[in-house]
Amino acid sequence: MADRELPGAANMNRRGLLKCMGWAGTGVLWTVSGGVPRSLGLLGEAKAAEAPAGNFTFLQISDSHVGFDKPANPNALGTFQEAIAKINAMPTQPALIIHTGDITHLSKDKEFDDADQAMKALKPPVHVIPGEHDVADADNGKLYLDRYGKGTKGKGWYSFDHGGVHFIALINVFNFDPGFKSAGLAKLGDEQLEWMEKDVKGLSASTPIVVLAHLPLWTVYQEWGWGTEDAPRALSYLKRFGSVTVLNGHIHQIQQKVEGNVSFYTARSTAFPQPAPGSAPAPGPMKVPAEQLHSVLGVRTVNYVHGKSPLAVIETPLGA
Amino acid sequence: MLHGKAAVSLIALGLGSILYAALPQVPAAGEAVVQAAAKAATVKIDNFNFTPPTLVVAPGTTVTWTNDDDSPHSVREKDGKFKSAALDTDDTFSQTFTAPGEFEYFCSIHPRMTGKVVVKAAGS
Repeated sequence: MADRELPGAANMNRRGLLKCMGWAGTGVLWTVSGGVPRSLGLLGEAKAAEAPAGNFTFLQISDSHVGFDKPANPNALGTFQEAIAKINAMPTQPALIIHTGDITHLSKDKEFDDADQAMKALKPPVHVIPGEHDVADADNGKLYLDRYGKGTKGKGWYSFDHGGVHFIALINVFNFDPGFKSAGLAKLGDEQLEWMEKDVKGLSASTPIVVLAHLPLWTVYQEWGWGTEDAPRALSYLKRFGSVTVLNGHIHQIQQKVEGNVSFYTARSTAFPQPAPGSAPAPGPMKVPAEQLHSVLGVRTVNYVHGKSPLAVIETPLGA
Repeated sequence: MLHGKAAVSLIALGLGSILYAALPQVPAAGEAVVQAAAKAATVKIDNFNFTPPTLVVAPGTTVTWTNDDDSPHSVREKDGKFKSAALDTDDTFSQTFTAPGEFEYFCSIHPRMTGKVVVKAAGS
């Protein structure tokens, strides 16, 4: 795919290039520079992730679906462990790691245990949010919240700061409006939105913002429910900020969009790909030839460089 | 068990019931299915659909959902009156409906998937 320009925000004097890599990868490496996260490339090109002193990188993994064992990937725990081994082999460790949900496939205790065990091997701190697969127990997410909800607000949302960047972890897997009432899109809900409005109130407009949410905060494909109904309200609280980066999972492929000051990205899965929007009768695990599986899984790294250039985003396929 | 019940209704209610009980329980697309003579009914979860989308049963019927998809699904009544855990491939969930009423449900993992169970006495 062709390189694409990321329009900078008004207070930036440089524009960053974003490499659109299609789908492939274990996760995504990000660099934050001048307040705009941008992809550095794929994990196999981890050299690019070596940030200059004073700057930092962080890494996104997503949709590990631990417990999944169907033909699309008979060993989702195995590919998750591979992704983790790749991250551990990076010459410069990211400052922190984000898992944007669907850690497990069926919200089972054993799956959470296996995932936890795998993630313990990671050296940087790991921040997680749930996907709908993590809150599918009959108790509406109790298992997830018992494990990961400590110190969070409401149904698991939270924010934190690192290196001058304000991270906001939103949860949009609890308030689904069933399809007979709406388009079946995800929802953040009033309680969380009110919290978010207060959370960003005291921040200077020059603070780089990184928002995490499992389902995309823009409507990638309504027919499959790939969007968040009340995301516009969340984004309205971020209008005054010069740099807003939204990182999502859920759709198991890379999609990106830039709208004003906001850059949206979805990440690959560490487990299995899904069809492109509308290219199949329904979303779901997509079987690719075994030798190609690793090229459609991945991680993302982001590099933050304090100063004037944008965040850099690197997509890394597991097979790299 | 099923045969016994069909025979009873045949004697008690006559020809109309014979035809009724003999109706195949295969739904046409989008059509409600009446399974009044049976005390068990099934809903298939297949290709991200509940089939039949609307199921009509008599009070006392136990409805069993079976997930035929590779993707997990769940069955959750819209106000939480009944809900399943995530159903993996071939997993089932059963719910017995004692009182008449309409129950709209959806898959909490894929909320665009919806279905309805209508519970009413036969002939009402």
